[in-house]
Amino acid sequence: MESESKRKKESPNTAELAVTASFPDEVLEIVLSLLTSHRDRSSVSLVCKDWYRAERWSRTQVFIGNCYSVSPEILTRRFPNIRSVTLKGKPRFSDFNLVPPNWGADIHAWLVAFAAKYPFLEELRLKRMAVSDESLEFLASNFPNFKLLSLLSCDGFSTDGLAAIATHCKNLTELDIQENGIEDSSGSWLSCFPESFTSLEVLNFANLTSEVNTDALERLVSRCKSLKVLKVNKSISLEQLQRLLVRAPQLEELGTGSFLQDLTARPYADLESAFNNCKNIHTLSGLWEAVPLYLPALYNSCANLTFLNLSYTALQSGEFAKLVVHCPRLRRLWVLDTVEDKGLEAVGSNCPLLEELRVFPADPFDEEIIHGVTEEGFVAVSFGCRRLHYVLYFCRQMTNAAVATIVQNCPNFTHFRLCIMTPGLPDYLTNEPMDEAFGAVVKTCSKLQRLSVSGLLTDLTFEYIGKYAKNLETLSVAFAGRSDRGMQCVLEGCPKLRKLEIRDCPFGNEALLSGLEKYESMRSLWMSACNVTMNACRRLAKQMPRLNVEVMKEDGSDDSQADKVYIYRTVAGPRRDAPPSVLTL
Amino acid sequence: MAFERDLNLEATELRLGLPGTQESRSNKRSLPDMNIVDDQGHRSGSSRVISNASDATKSEEETTPPSKTQVVGWPPIRSYRKNSLQAKKSEAEASGIYVKVSMDGAPYLRKIHLNIYNDYPELLKALEDMFKFKVGEYSESEGYNGSEFVPTYEDKDGDWMLVGDVPWEMFITSCKRLRVMKGSEARGLGCAV
Repeated sequence: MESESKRKKESPNTAELAVTASFPDEVLEIVLSLLTSHRDRSSVSLVCKDWYRAERWSRTQVFIGNCYSVSPEILTRRFPNIRSVTLKGKPRFSDFNLVPPNWGADIHAWLVAFAAKYPFLEELRLKRMAVSDESLEFLASNFPNFKLLSLLSCDGFSTDGLAAIATHCKNLTELDIQENGIEDSSGSWLSCFPESFTSLEVLNFANLTSEVNTDALERLVSRCKSLKVLKVNKSISLEQLQRLLVRAPQLEELGTGSFLQDLTARPYADLESAFNNCKNIHTLSGLWEAVPLYLPALYNSCANLTFLNLSYTALQSGEFAKLVVHCPRLRRLWVLDTVEDKGLEAVGSNCPLLEELRVFPADPFDEEIIHGVTEEGFVAVSFGCRRLHYVLYFCRQMTNAAVATIVQNCPNFTHFRLCIMTPGLPDYLTNEPMDEAFGAVVKTCSKLQRLSVSGLLTDLTFEYIGKYAKNLETLSVAFAGRSDRGMQCVLEGCPKLRKLEIRDCPFGNEALLSGLEKYESMRSLWMSACNVTMNACRRLAKQMPRLNVEVMKEDGSDDSQADKVYIYRTVAGPRRDAPPSVLTL
Repeated sequence: MAFERDLNLEATELRLGLPGTQESRSNKRSLPDMNIVDDQGHRSGSSRVISNASDATKSEEETTPPSKTQVVGWPPIRSYRKNSLQAKKSEAEASGIYVKVSMDGAPYLRKIHLNIYNDYPELLKALEDMFKFKVGEYSESEGYNGSEFVPTYEDKDGDWMLVGDVPWEMFITSCKRLRVMKGSEARGLGCAV
């Protein structure tokens, strides 16, 4: 028995049968390889040394929620057989320009380590990482089995980097480029896929702007018979779209290009028939500049739609209502607030299976207030869509009573993100704070994992959260609270809290320092424009060596104030690549 | 108060002819130069409703510089989406397809696609439904009679005109925004030119 467990593992496939009462390692590995959940694997690895070892040899996918929580060396040392890596970098508030440029999260050092230790790497999914063209070229040239590249909210590269991927990755099945801040100099990257290349299954370049060569695209689509997802950019016209659809009737997810063109009767009929022939489309997006005139071409396709993303299409309530009547199977819907409450009423009436709704503002930065949606639309959806569990809702007014009604209708919320766009706005009917609204949410929705609060809020909201939100993992707070007590309630009361992001709240040192051990059980804490001082941050850093405490200073601010604080647990120690504006304490 | 800061003194300049008219233009029943102000002062949003005297030129620019009432990173919308919306907005507004509609006394503006309507009656009906009011009877000589609401629009030259005065095709290509006027200001327009 002793010798079995101390057996050296040069290769996990050594076929040494064990004559013992316990599992031989390779059996354990086979069993464990069926485990895909990262959390399950983490638990398994803590059972005993044997299980730790078996788990690390059998793990092929790794998810790193904060790239600085671990180093490439530590990762590659522990897991020798990784084929798929997911990495997230910058704090989420970098999406809203709150993080200085050159903050970090550069992928390159990781790629160098992977080239040495994971030459058979197949998949890379990056979110909020800094990626250069050089890194993309390195990736394209060093991983012969590379199959899947997904870049979301990344920055630092250009279409030249994409050209390298297209040119060299012979086994590529997925290229998904979303919402990145990149230099889009030319669409010629698409023409770099060799004529012999046929393995593509997913192609998403919807958020790029340059024109691509449509002949090259047509040929690519024709020869990639397994293509399931195609999301093109605005430069593709309706007529070109029709030609693509004819060549890919097997498509399951489609992102159209511009839906604006002067179509005569025949091309319109061709378009309609092309859509009708794609019987497997369940996800539809794009529809840039959609003109209501051509939407009926989609009506038959809409019958099977489960996800409709109209978040870049400014439809008014009438046009939208006419469309939504044809979408009875919808589970996920993203729209702009141009559809107004009337449009949302139509959703409530026609989409009983809806599980997720996201309403984005079309004119959030306009100096004049454009109408958008109100509490009425949300309430209407809640009456008609009882399975709703994920909501992101940008609005200009809300009431406590409306939210109470909404959660009464839909008690299964897992993600409740309400953004009342004017900071600190009270219930517009009663003029009271919105405390009771969020109180109702946390009391009623016991499965709540993610919450974003807004409006005028006192510490009472946070008392409610601490008392009731026992499954809460992510909390986003802005312009809310009255005193340190608010933040303390959350830190003391939410056992599963992983991410806490706070901006412009009157929480100070006492609140910050009340969470010491708590922060080690969390992924990260962000606090900006609060009342935290440099001294308090230094004290925190000193007492908790396994946390990185980083302060981002703004020009011209008071030396003693910690303007932006980012605190996260790590086994990699303080990072060495921070720019001068970021102080590691 | 915001509107006092931005008084357009040209409007009160002594001239021959009605305020806002110029000798070189003919056949325009134009309205006095106006600044759009929210004289109701919406409750907590009032600090964000600023006179838009300078707004007319903004549609040419790609991005509007943040006004002093805008907060960095708020509302929380991803940079990509933000840039995409702003680009789209200038496109749509420059081509005049998507115009703002305001009504005196209403706290919020609306936006409509002008080209989904085929003629004036359709447009007016849509406005009536949107803002819950009724326009009066339109006549070429007298404008709108019988209602305290008068639909007006700002054209490409920056003049405020009565809706209905020009042929429909000309209207949809020259209309930059709509305003439904109400009350005493409106009454004075009934007998113009």
